[in-house]
Amino acid sequence: MKLKTFKKGVHPAEFKQLSEHKRIEQLPLPGEVFIPLQQHIGAPCVPVVEKGMEVKVGQLIGKSGGFVSSTVHASISGKVKAIEKMSHPLGINSLMIDIIGDSQDEWAEPASAVTDWENLSAVQINAIVLNAGIVGLGGAAFPTQVKLNPPKDKKIDTFLLNGCECEPYLTADHRLMVERTDEVILGVRILMKALGVSRAIIGIESNKPDAIAAMTKATEKFWGIIIQPLQVKYPQGAEKMLIAAALKRKVPAGGLPMDVGVVVNNVGTALAVAEAVTKHKPLIERVVTVTGQGVRTPKNVLTRIGTPFQNLIDFCGGLTDNATKVMMGGPMMGVAQSSLAVPVVKATSGIVCLTADSSIEKQEYPCIKCGGCARVCPMNLMPTRLARLAQFEKWDEAEQYGIVNCIECGSCAFVCPAGIPLVQHIRIGKMRVAEKHRK
Amino acid sequence: MEEKQNIRAAEPGKNPEVKPAPAAKAEEKRLLVLSSSPHFKTPANVSLIMWLVVATLLPAIGFSIYNFGWRCLAVMTTSMLMAMLAEELVNLIRRRKMTIGDGSAALTGLLLAMTLPPGLSLGMVGIGSAFAIIVGKQMFGGLGFNIFNPALLGRAFLQTSFPIAMTTWTIPRTIDAITTATPLGSYKFEKHLTPYLDLLIGKVGGSIGETSAIAILIGGLILIIMKISNWRIPLSYLGTVVIFSGILWLINPTQYPDPVFHLFSGGLMLGAFFMATDMVTSPTTSLGAWIFGIGAGGLLVLIRQFGGLPEGVMYSILLMNGFVPLINRYTRPKYFGEVKK
Repeated sequence: MKLKTFKKGVHPAEFKQLSEHKRIEQLPLPGEVFIPLQQHIGAPCVPVVEKGMEVKVGQLIGKSGGFVSSTVHASISGKVKAIEKMSHPLGINSLMIDIIGDSQDEWAEPASAVTDWENLSAVQINAIVLNAGIVGLGGAAFPTQVKLNPPKDKKIDTFLLNGCECEPYLTADHRLMVERTDEVILGVRILMKALGVSRAIIGIESNKPDAIAAMTKATEKFWGIIIQPLQVKYPQGAEKMLIAAALKRKVPAGGLPMDVGVVVNNVGTALAVAEAVTKHKPLIERVVTVTGQGVRTPKNVLTRIGTPFQNLIDFCGGLTDNATKVMMGGPMMGVAQSSLAVPVVKATSGIVCLTADSSIEKQEYPCIKCGGCARVCPMNLMPTRLARLAQFEKWDEAEQYGIVNCIECGSCAFVCPAGIPLVQHIRIGKMRVAEKHRK
Repeated sequence: MEEKQNIRAAEPGKNPEVKPAPAAKAEEKRLLVLSSSPHFKTPANVSLIMWLVVATLLPAIGFSIYNFGWRCLAVMTTSMLMAMLAEELVNLIRRRKMTIGDGSAALTGLLLAMTLPPGLSLGMVGIGSAFAIIVGKQMFGGLGFNIFNPALLGRAFLQTSFPIAMTTWTIPRTIDAITTATPLGSYKFEKHLTPYLDLLIGKVGGSIGETSAIAILIGGLILIIMKISNWRIPLSYLGTVVIFSGILWLINPTQYPDPVFHLFSGGLMLGAFFMATDMVTSPTTSLGAWIFGIGAGGLLVLIRQFGGLPEGVMYSILLMNGFVPLINRYTRPKYFGEVKK
């Protein structure tokens, strides 16, 4: 079969072999967790517990703070030690609920009895997804129930499951597709039901043949679910690129996948949905790939949300002596961390530890207009121009050149021979343009 | 499928046998590097690109030494050294970091030397080279900010300052410098057509590095394969010259030489593969590259056929350089999903 893909993009070294064949391992229960009230795009959650209160696993501790919002739950049983601002892996200070564990791992009673999912209505599934605090687990953390609830005038015809995992190093989704295939497929079927669509496409990059084989076998008996192998290219897993590759549809600038009749979800999200619907289990744990040349034994770790990075790194043998950089997410879009005390959040797909050799710090030269950035930009922007306009604070012109459409995939800065931090400049520009509009 | 699940995912109501972690170790104190994503980068850098272009000029350099003797090497060395010195002088005055090793000045010096007559006095070479760097590059703000190709600007300066020395050509493969005419000159003024094979190999009079079409093609194609040059520029430039001069030739074959002669004579090959493709002074958009090449090709034939000079590569490129900011502005590609407003 000819492998589909999108236009442009780059081919960074993958380094997936460090963890791609390692079975998911369970992290020992953490003694203390820090659960941010903001783990998703949109309004932060409103705490519903107080300092000193006893909580059980799965108990609601933060309720939805708006239409585009989610919920958060206690991931261990114990006592609320504090609710205060602490450092978040996204580099911000965010309100967090600090829970000291009692190591009992006692579960809260589910709100209602589990019923057969096939009898649930779309509205009921939506409510379960919201109450389980499910957000996109690929990294963007967009609240899932919002995606499942498109405005009436948007006709959705296809559900797309994102199994690309195009970031180098990360293998969490890969392992889920191999080890928990049936549950992932169940999640897909539930999401299809919630959206009322009869077609689902599962896009998987061809560097995961075992995942493609397992998923193909598991979907044989389900009509309407298609496995679509895709070319290995970064950023194949970016929503708009995946839609372009799998369906040849172009999401209009400023639009959402629902504008072209598609809803995209990540593999981990589908699994979370399956667990929420069939077990009434809220999103209190996820698989995190702890990897990179900077960690002794790379692993795929099933961990409770809120566990400090340090616990995961200790579980993987600790950092090597020459580790210099730890980031949440992959090396292309990940956020570098200054401390290992930050907690795993719902969007933590990986903790990648790099050494000085594995992450090149380049000398910065002036732009020589080689056009390399424009050649690889999947959004067909002119990154060097955008960065320059942002540096000179020419917001109107930057907007004309489409600065807000940048998906910050990092392809431009990856190839830039002048070592210019293009994404950094553009990111600042995007923020300023957005601020200007809010005024 | 069950046996596949070696992990015990937590389940409501059931206490999975997860052991509590041993008291978490004190947080490791270690300084971590903070930087903006992406954390991965290709090893390519500006300096590497510059030196690679220098390396791809080696076939042309080698042929020039064969063709005109060792004096070429003196001209090239002088030009490169002067360029680097001039660059460093400006850096000193501007209190900037040393950039002598980045290869950019060396490349400018080498490219300038390639366009000079083999017999040019070394003093003139040095002056031209210093002009190329100081006025052509540094006065615009240094690497990446110049509008015109600095090497060609240096040559234009020499051409205006020393018109006779700049048009005194040495006969190839001779020890004594005897003046001759370039193929373009002898056609323009005497209607004498040089054999094609000589043009292709380069056993003709002319500037140091421009005579051998084959030697230049080897280097130029390597640059295109490595994606350092934008293939659209040489293709559109050469293509336009062939089509435009072909039309003129069909109209009046006795008055105008055929397109093959145009293609392989003078500095067109060097200009198309090494001058017009200069990243800094050519358009960054694909459509822009086509416009740039077509414009330069049209200008070249106009100058060669209807101007007072036998050769027009230098001016055709310099003129189009001036249009690059404008071309870039009006050829912005549509971004993904762009909707007309």
